[in-house]
Amino acid sequence: MSEAVKYVPISKEDLSYKSVRETFLEGLLSGLSWLLVAFIVAFLGIIVVRGFPTVSANGFEFLYTSPAKGLDEGGVGPAIFGTVALVLLMTLFALPIGVLTSVYLVEYAGGRQSSRIIRAAVNNLAGVPSIVFGLFGVAFFVLFLGRGLDGLLGYSTSDPLFGKPAILWAAATMALLVLPIVIVNTEEALLAVPVSLRQGSQALGGTQWQTISRVVLPQAVPGILTGSILSISRGAGEVAPILFTGAAFLLQDLPTTQVFGVVPFIDPTKQFMELGYHIFILATQSSDVEKTRPAQYAATLVLLVITFSLNFAAIILRAQFRKRAIR
Amino acid sequence: MRTEQKNRNAVNTQKVSFFYGPKRAIEDISAEMPERQVTAIIGPSGCGKSTFLKALNRISETSGSSVRVEGKIFLFGEDIYAKDVDVTILRKRVGMVFQRPNPFPMTIFDNIAYGPRLFGAKGKADLEVIVERALRQSALWDEVKDRLRSSALGLSGGQQQRMCIARSLAVEPEVLLMDEPCSALDPIATLKIEELILELRKNLTVIIVTHNLQQAGRVSDYTLFFTTDESRIGNLVESGPTREIFSSPKDKRTEDYITGRFG
Repeated sequence: MSEAVKYVPISKEDLSYKSVRETFLEGLLSGLSWLLVAFIVAFLGIIVVRGFPTVSANGFEFLYTSPAKGLDEGGVGPAIFGTVALVLLMTLFALPIGVLTSVYLVEYAGGRQSSRIIRAAVNNLAGVPSIVFGLFGVAFFVLFLGRGLDGLLGYSTSDPLFGKPAILWAAATMALLVLPIVIVNTEEALLAVPVSLRQGSQALGGTQWQTISRVVLPQAVPGILTGSILSISRGAGEVAPILFTGAAFLLQDLPTTQVFGVVPFIDPTKQFMELGYHIFILATQSSDVEKTRPAQYAATLVLLVITFSLNFAAIILRAQFRKRAIR
Repeated sequence: MRTEQKNRNAVNTQKVSFFYGPKRAIEDISAEMPERQVTAIIGPSGCGKSTFLKALNRISETSGSSVRVEGKIFLFGEDIYAKDVDVTILRKRVGMVFQRPNPFPMTIFDNIAYGPRLFGAKGKADLEVIVERALRQSALWDEVKDRLRSSALGLSGGQQQRMCIARSLAVEPEVLLMDEPCSALDPIATLKIEELILELRKNLTVIIVTHNLQQAGRVSDYTLFFTTDESRIGNLVESGPTREIFSSPKDKRTEDYITGRFG
């Protein structure tokens, strides 16, 4: 009747061209991937090994003391404080504006022309180099807004209150830089909320805002929070936006003030030290670069620990919310 | 067969057409849905049953795409597309249960209390009364009374759908729209929902879209038969008491559909 079926053996022929090629390609790809890992390990290893002794010396005094003797000795206390204060202020600006913009884009503007214009603006904002933000910050915030405010409040240009580089303007500039990231992350979090939940709320007689505030936002909070933390940690490491808008070379005073004479509070009109900028100064501006090298490694380590902890917090938070969501 | 009595209409429509953008989805639907009766909307896929249903509480306007209605839809004589209509009140009066259960990710209690809270109900005691009544109405109370404070997502699919019905009932609607409410459920859960529908018709008007002819036969008093042709525009072929539609359809297309020669 029919011809005998021809069986192909399934055992592999050793060293056939095909199998050699497969093995080689897989090896190449995994090798390249591990090279990246090795690079990061070496990079972090060097920083930890060279930085940690300086950080931990004398009971970690590097973390809370001010720079001394020019920049040759002392710690990064004011720079850590300045970084944290900057990040807090920046979040205060970026989060509400970013979240509200995303809510408008996703929930109200939908596929309308206006949403396309806003989205194009946001995308372009994301592509602007950070140094341009820095220059824009000086021109717009410090000179235009700051001097304008001073004019209104009756301060002279020789003794300005707002019309000078300050942590307020640095935070505002930084907020512009991270705004696109906050918006994109929030949009994703909002879009992940099923349409059926929105319709369920509206079918019960909920207005659009009731639906957003009671169903959509609570559902999106985990995504918004983790996205925001990631964008904040991105901002915490940026130097260019604060270069001209408020970061100080060397400053013994913290940017604080006393509200009612007692409660310590961030003074938004003062200048501040910041870790990233401080590392740049240590590496380029000190009288003897060799002398400050341990401090450079140590400051870098501190900055990395801060940004990594922020990222780590985002991961923990996300896991926590996921667990709670499943219940 | 139930006693025939001349009911007034909860909902009636006059020459309703519905457009998604420029595309017409249904055309010239004039139908009557009597008060405190169950009206089933049947017909093959793509005939515009759901589109029609979603026009009755204007929920189709929330989808984000541009939609438009021509003709008139009346709820107890009031034009629901009139300019001065508050859609939130309309939707409170015309509740809706969706194809798939859509519990909010909250506790069972908060799910049921969601609607009443939108309209200002606050007191814990008041809400407890409302929640219990709604859950009893939807025959779910005994199953969930001990776990009102746990997540609604932990309920089975059938329980979730009955909870969604309870959630709609909590705002005391006059009409309840159901869009294939059993299509995601197993036969036993389906049976429970059908029993529930028969119970609900004592107090309110139910309009249900279903793919399941037996279901339409079991639960409905009135039937609207929709169909479509090459134009892909849905239209109403025949409407009347369910028994008449099923036993002596006037239109050949209805007969073909009922007897399973089509769809």
